[in-house]
Amino acid sequence: MAEPLALILREQFHAPEQQRETATLGMWIFISTEIMLFGGLFLAFSVYRMYYPQAFIAGSADMNIALGATNTAVLICSSFTMALGVHSAEVGGRKLLNLFLALTMILGAVFLGIKFTEYYLHYLDHRVPGPGFLFPSADPPKAEMFFLLYFIMTGLHALHMFVGEGILFSMILRNRAGSFSAEYHTPVVLAGLYWHFVDVIWVFLFAIFYIEGLHLHKW
Amino acid sequence: MIPALLLVAPASRVAVEYDWLFWSLVVVCGGVAVGIAAFVVYSAIHFHRRSENELPPQIKGSLKLEVTWSVVPLIIFLGMFAWGASLYFDIERPPANATEVYIVARQWMWKAQYLDGRREIDELHVPVGRPVKLIMTSQDVIHSFFVPAFRVKQDVLPDRYTTVWFQPSKPGKYHLFCAEYCGAKHSGMIGYIYAMEPREYALWLSQGAAEGSLASTGEKMFHQFGCANCHHFDGQGPCPDLKGLYLRPVLLTTGQTVVADESYIRESIVDPAAKIVAGFTNYMPVFKNVLTEDQLVELLAYIKAIGPAPGTQQPSSAGSVPATYGGQPGISGSGPAGISTDQSRAH
Amino acid sequence: MTPVAEAVTVERNYLNQGEGILSWLFTLDHKRIAILYLVSVTMFFFLGGLFALLMRLELLTPRAWLFNPGDYNKMFSMHGIIMVWFFLIPSIPTTLGNFFIPMMIGAKDLAFPKLNLLSWYIFMFGGAVTVFALVRGGVDTGWTFYTPLSTTYLNTYVTATATGVFIAGFSSILTGLNFIATIHRMRAPGMTWFRLPMFIWTHYATSLVLVLATPVLAVTLLMMGVERIFHVGIFDPALGGDPVLFQHMFWFYSHPAVYIMVLPGMAVISEIIPTFSRKPLFGYDFVAYASMAIAVIGFLVWGHHMFVAGLSIYSAMAFSFLSYLVAVPSAIKVFNWSATLYKGSISWDTPMLYAIGFLGLFTIGGMTGLFLAALGIDVHVTDTYFVIAHFHYIMVGGTVMAFLGGIHYFWPKITGRLYPEGLARLSALIVFVGFNLTFFPQFVLGYLGMPRRYAAYPTEFQMLNVLSTAGASILGVGYIFPLCYLLWSWKYGKKAGPNPWRGTGLEWTTASPPPRDNFEVSPIVEGPPYDFGRMREELHLG
Repeated sequence: MAEPLALILREQFHAPEQQRETATLGMWIFISTEIMLFGGLFLAFSVYRMYYPQAFIAGSADMNIALGATNTAVLICSSFTMALGVHSAEVGGRKLLNLFLALTMILGAVFLGIKFTEYYLHYLDHRVPGPGFLFPSADPPKAEMFFLLYFIMTGLHALHMFVGEGILFSMILRNRAGSFSAEYHTPVVLAGLYWHFVDVIWVFLFAIFYIEGLHLHKW
Repeated sequence: MIPALLLVAPASRVAVEYDWLFWSLVVVCGGVAVGIAAFVVYSAIHFHRRSENELPPQIKGSLKLEVTWSVVPLIIFLGMFAWGASLYFDIERPPANATEVYIVARQWMWKAQYLDGRREIDELHVPVGRPVKLIMTSQDVIHSFFVPAFRVKQDVLPDRYTTVWFQPSKPGKYHLFCAEYCGAKHSGMIGYIYAMEPREYALWLSQGAAEGSLASTGEKMFHQFGCANCHHFDGQGPCPDLKGLYLRPVLLTTGQTVVADESYIRESIVDPAAKIVAGFTNYMPVFKNVLTEDQLVELLAYIKAIGPAPGTQQPSSAGSVPATYGGQPGISGSGPAGISTDQSRAH
Repeated sequence: MTPVAEAVTVERNYLNQGEGILSWLFTLDHKRIAILYLVSVTMFFFLGGLFALLMRLELLTPRAWLFNPGDYNKMFSMHGIIMVWFFLIPSIPTTLGNFFIPMMIGAKDLAFPKLNLLSWYIFMFGGAVTVFALVRGGVDTGWTFYTPLSTTYLNTYVTATATGVFIAGFSSILTGLNFIATIHRMRAPGMTWFRLPMFIWTHYATSLVLVLATPVLAVTLLMMGVERIFHVGIFDPALGGDPVLFQHMFWFYSHPAVYIMVLPGMAVISEIIPTFSRKPLFGYDFVAYASMAIAVIGFLVWGHHMFVAGLSIYSAMAFSFLSYLVAVPSAIKVFNWSATLYKGSISWDTPMLYAIGFLGLFTIGGMTGLFLAALGIDVHVTDTYFVIAHFHYIMVGGTVMAFLGGIHYFWPKITGRLYPEGLARLSALIVFVGFNLTFFPQFVLGYLGMPRRYAAYPTEFQMLNVLSTAGASILGVGYIFPLCYLLWSWKYGKKAGPNPWRGTGLEWTTASPPPRDNFEVSPIVEGPPYDFGRMREELHLG
């Protein structure tokens, strides 16, 4: 094991644990940046939610709660499989790692599939902001603001999911090439951190977009 | 430069107060800056390196000095803060007896509408020695109303009203600038303020009014657009009674209470669904893009003018239902830190 | 210096190890990437400066004589956008920071060299998009992109420009991330936090702001772009949005961005002053804490840009109070720098001249900031030339002076050559005089009430404007001089040797120019920074 270790230690570092800690710190800094990125959108959402409470609740009641809840469950499961994947990497189970990475990818794909189905349904319902927007309430322009923020925020989240899928795929490729071992698997840990972060963001999105108008939902 | 200095000579009550603070800061800050500069230059010359291998005493620091130059500036800063804030209060809060003039800004001109119906563009005539309050809105982008001689400035925003006030102290002709970049001809959006002796001002006012006062034009519109069909003045109509509405607290269906200021009344006309008075259902048509800003100002002037003066008891339409907009004292306050303006929309 | 190191100077260093343009474009060496950045930001500086010069020419006369007002609006917009995002923000961190952070902490490179190169490419891509927008017809929003003017009313290349800025923002974020990870994890053995040169502390504070503030700008520009492209409401009141929210979000980034620009300037000054006074930085701990305090409190003061925008009186009071609070650490820094000079052994080499200039100009910039933080005072002078003068004293009198001082200070290390000292001192003097002549009259103009962003103005403002334009032409000459003699000295300058200024940092212990891995032997740190006392022992031995 000593040989691959020497190979993967980049020249600016003097020890493997320094390299690992640095990479992990880097990922945490990146995540804090991402929090500020989504934070700006959450701020805009809160402000307009405060200006237009009724329209926003009406918009929320219009969401497809079944698909949203399913998607939340799917993502939480994917976080679980990701955690199992990281654990397998730590104990050096290369086949298990492959399996769990693949499972996570599949769950991620299911999420994206459902999300885009939802987008399509919104499109059929004329809920896409713009000239064709329709909403059966007294105040369509304000509901339009709700849907606009919905599309921007979930769209940005979906973009992060796509990136996550790409990262997972590269992890699978590197694992198949034998790059990871019980001693060296930092990239898998970092991919896990990123994946969990994206999942957590979704939980917040689910709360503000789906749950808030649940009491008015037409079942 | 000399004529320019004369031009900016303080010409309002606040401006005199302003210059006191400004020049005090110049003296304090200038004194400290000169002191620091003198110390630096003195050190640079007096301690100039004498030989290539000179090694000065290695002083690391001094807690006493550090504490001194943290605490002393802080105290001075707090003084500046307090003085600046008190001046700001004077600038921002118009006295109750101020004469009102409505301003509608747009690319690239200022339009003033007086209560008696007189209108002018890029000019504003005001009396000396009396407070004048401007209620301003913009038809397009953000502008800013700036009169250097009065030391006042206030951004003028679309879709809401902001106010500014001043009390001219000297008759004269003063610059009015747009201070917020507003597009191609921003630098052409300038006009003049004419401060006149009260007698001349009265004369000037009497010369121009064309079609009756703002409120009377507003009253005509109130009937023309069918407002009067539902908004009865006996408290019995299907819509809220607008008598004495201005500056009263209003209880909404959401349980919130807002003060019926200019921005609230404006919003209730252009976007009636936004805030619905408790005990009523909204079926008022939307007047957004139907009325111009000028017409809205006229309606507003009328609504402010009708009914008993604020404070008079408002009869409540139904016993148990929360009163429409009476009897909810002591509400409002500012919105969430920072976001809200002094308008009602953030509530 | 050991003879071994001398030999290395002649043979192999980061400049001659690898040849051809590709060895530069694919380099992972932080020093070479710093040079790439240096070339890029210098180009952007002169581009932004050209716009400034054209503006000053236009303002010679009260009436618009050179451009029509629309074109003048493009001039100041492009000047602001290029100077803020493509010069000031990257200027010191990506050049001197990139080069010297690893060297000062005794590391071989930054933590993530590939990310470092990537951030240069992202920066250049963002710059290219912006320049594209400029060539196609420019933009006239002002650098502040205020809505609804920017989203609904203007017909210029707003989206393209905002996209360029958006892209460049990610370069900032990656640079900040790289610096934080490097400073945390790459320090040489013995290099504890309180043995770090102040340059490192201040860059650490800068990086925190870069990482936490820049994404907010990205998301604000994103929403602005969505509103502009799809004409759906977020900030335009006609579409149900709130334009003041845009201002809040914009300044939540752009006020901390001021500290992104000036903190690195403070970093450079905190190195120059001890070296040329041969004394440790006075009150080291306090200066370090002050840097962190500026970074933290700097996030809480954005509302002071909006005192007349329609804030409630009470939130305005809170922002005013916090603005005074953030002035305290800046004051502490100025006092400590000045105290460092006292009883020192002051040399008048060019970097020190720039540092002394910085002290004076930054003090004036900071003092006038106290005027603007006072609520009542701000009402009259905000959005006038007073504000323009104030932030140019900070940005040009502060950051650009520090940048020039830093370039001169580190030039021997970067290139291994000395620049012509007499000429350098002369141009430092020209810059100082030209700067003051340009910007001091603008304080007066602002007090007299001349609003900013005016292509034409009432005649009584002309004399001060002519003075300012005269100063600008002197300032321009002062900037072109260093460009010429520094380039000349790269080839023909005298050899510098590893430590021409007898500095104490690790960067001076290695050859000039440094080898690829910075140090022949990984250094071990045993003492505090700015330990000039060691000179005595060296003299003894020598």
